Amino acid sequence: MQTLGYILRRLIYGVILMFFVVVLNFILIRLAPGDPAEVIAGDMGGITKELLAEIRAQYGLDQPMTTQLWIYLHQIATGNLGVSYYFDQPVSKLIGSRVGATILLVLAAQVLSILLGVVMGVFSARKPNGPVSAIVSVISTVGYALPVFWTGIMLIILFASWIPVFPVEGMVSARHAATGWLSYGWDVARHLFLPAFTLAIIFLAQYARLSRASMIDVLGADYVRTARAKGVPEMRVIFKHALRNAILPILTVAGLQFGNLISGALLVETVFNWPGMGTLAFDSILRRDYPTVLGILIIGSAMVVVANIVTDLGYRLADPRIRTTGGRR
Amino acid sequence: MADDGLSVTLNLVKNAKFHDGKPVTSADVEFSIMTIKANHPFKSMFAPVDSVATPDAHTAVINLSKPHPALLLALSSALCVIIPKHVYGDGQNIKTHPANSKPVGSGPFQLVEFKPGEQIRLKRFDDFFIPGRPYLDEIVIRIIRDPSAFVIAMENGDADMAPYLASSQQIKRLKKVAHLDITDKGYAAIGPINWLAFNTAKAPLDDKRVRQAIGYATDRNFITKALMRGFAKPQRSPIIESSPFFNPKIPPYDLDLAKANALLEDAGHKKGSDGMRFTLTCDYIPGPAEQQKSVAEYLKSQLKKIGIKVDVRAAPDFPTWAKRVAGHDFDMTMDVVFNWGDPVIGVHRTYLSNNIIKGVIWSNTQSYSNPEVDKLLNAAASEQDVVKRKALYDQFQMIVGDDLPIYWINALPYHTAYDKRIQNPPMSIWGAMQSMDDISMA
Repeated sequence: MQTLGYILRRLIYGVILMFFVVVLNFILIRLAPGDPAEVIAGDMGGITKELLAEIRAQYGLDQPMTTQLWIYLHQIATGNLGVSYYFDQPVSKLIGSRVGATILLVLAAQVLSILLGVVMGVFSARKPNGPVSAIVSVISTVGYALPVFWTGIMLIILFASWIPVFPVEGMVSARHAATGWLSYGWDVARHLFLPAFTLAIIFLAQYARLSRASMIDVLGADYVRTARAKGVPEMRVIFKHALRNAILPILTVAGLQFGNLISGALLVETVFNWPGMGTLAFDSILRRDYPTVLGILIIGSAMVVVANIVTDLGYRLADPRIRTTGGRR
Repeated sequence: MADDGLSVTLNLVKNAKFHDGKPVTSADVEFSIMTIKANHPFKSMFAPVDSVATPDAHTAVINLSKPHPALLLALSSALCVIIPKHVYGDGQNIKTHPANSKPVGSGPFQLVEFKPGEQIRLKRFDDFFIPGRPYLDEIVIRIIRDPSAFVIAMENGDADMAPYLASSQQIKRLKKVAHLDITDKGYAAIGPINWLAFNTAKAPLDDKRVRQAIGYATDRNFITKALMRGFAKPQRSPIIESSPFFNPKIPPYDLDLAKANALLEDAGHKKGSDGMRFTLTCDYIPGPAEQQKSVAEYLKSQLKKIGIKVDVRAAPDFPTWAKRVAGHDFDMTMDVVFNWGDPVIGVHRTYLSNNIIKGVIWSNTQSYSNPEVDKLLNAAASEQDVVKRKALYDQFQMIVGDDLPIYWINALPYHTAYDKRIQNPPMSIWGAMQSMDDISMA
């Protein structure tokens, strides 16, 4: 079937892309001065020459780079992501314990930014030159322009210190080990709001402008005029008839933004101490924990590839015109 | 301890258990000490230990090849942990042993949860050998990267205790919080010294007059009062001032620009047409700027006054800096090195000529070599008489105080902030590294 062939092709491209990501980063991180042995020395407060040599031999760091790369490629071909130099735990286990938190953050931010963006866009589309529209434009551009770590810290100070509504950091409260799913879920939700909102602000601007333009387009269409002429209430016109069509470009952009969301998540996680892959990646680079860094890059790029394929598929399914023409819009 | 100082007998309590219920015996003590001796990077801690005899299950006799007064401090729980032989003695490499992520200890708290890089949860060990202790039910250690979030967590009461605070901003802010107390006690044994190290193998720093000139030109009082807001105590010796071995007679090199200039002229370094005699690079450990980077930048402007051009060289992260310094690829560098209790453990390594090992960070990276100093340090390591030992260390300090391979600046101003409701917060010589069985919360 056409679609199956399409998926297969995209998957193969994805795998080739991931291969290059791995090889490039494998070399890059080894070019950085200093190695895991020096990091271990720093943590221990001292080291001996024998221990340094032992650590380097243990991790295969005394071999030439090409040999190391060859060994690593063989290893990941069997699905083994290796063992973290720093934690001495399997990388897959480490990432597994973190990926859920990142996906939660990314999805929450995506949903928030689409919801808020669409609402802002819709209401400013009704009167394109009115005050609401102008305010929405300003807010979204400012939110887009501000550096995310600054916004994050400001929100912490505002809502965790001055007006202590939200917790300061983390995903779950350290003090009261929540019992039961409901109380755990509520604890996580409270911790989730500020980081998700911080991440959402960046993309809010795009969705607001996009939905505004898209809505203005759609509201001028014939079937909208017909609905209005029929006497359909305005809210129904907007949300039932117009929005359905206007939403398509937004969903496309949303899917393509997945990669940016993940990199934005890294910064947000560091500011809010959110236990996701971002903080793990950041710390692992500083600690020259090569297997963990590469493992995260592999999983991260796989996620982006899959998200892009899903978006494209979703678009093809939603818009019959794509399927019949066989191309991408 | 035997009279000849060659053996130390340890009598173990009979009711101590490991967290898995098995008893702590002398076999575990023997195993632990010998394992630490073989694997710990601080080789000097147990180097003179020949063997540990176990005449019965609750007696261990440490046999030494020569008297080793540092042994008692080396046995502190901060440096020497008793690990279970029945878990670790199975022949696997101890560094990658699976039990490392689920340690079985014998302390007052046992590990419940370890989320790497995030949080460690400990709960009370009910079979702890002191009845009634520990008082606390649970200790949770949270790792917070962002300094502002860290402080806010303390202010909000989300966290109860924050040890190892060294930033004057954090200390000042937390001092203002009503429900918190701040103390600088608890760090006497660690002896964290912030200093400026010279690569004595590289000209012009191979001439001690140049090093002394830099010493006279650097004003540690300004550094501690202005750059560190008065929170750090000035430090002028390789041995921390809180140690009984500190020698107050060591020359302080108080600010004297005239003397500095004279020394440099004497050493044959004339000023060029731009007023500069020569250029030196200065490295520093990346991280919080107050202790390291700010001093390096201060040196840039201060040493200009005696005609030395300083290029401050930044490193993006710790391994980069460590590689440079360990590889002797530096002129001057800021550094922080700990005394670790007895000078044998943390001080000797910087000044012994047999510890000049390229590629090893925190060895004698300054390439300093003085046979008199080697003699004194080796003698002091096995001198049992405290008075004679102090005399040896006094002499050592006077010599390095003249040779100046390192210009000591200050002690890291470690503080602990804690909730006032905490009774008996950790303020002994090892501070937060001590056993917390006697701490309670009102």
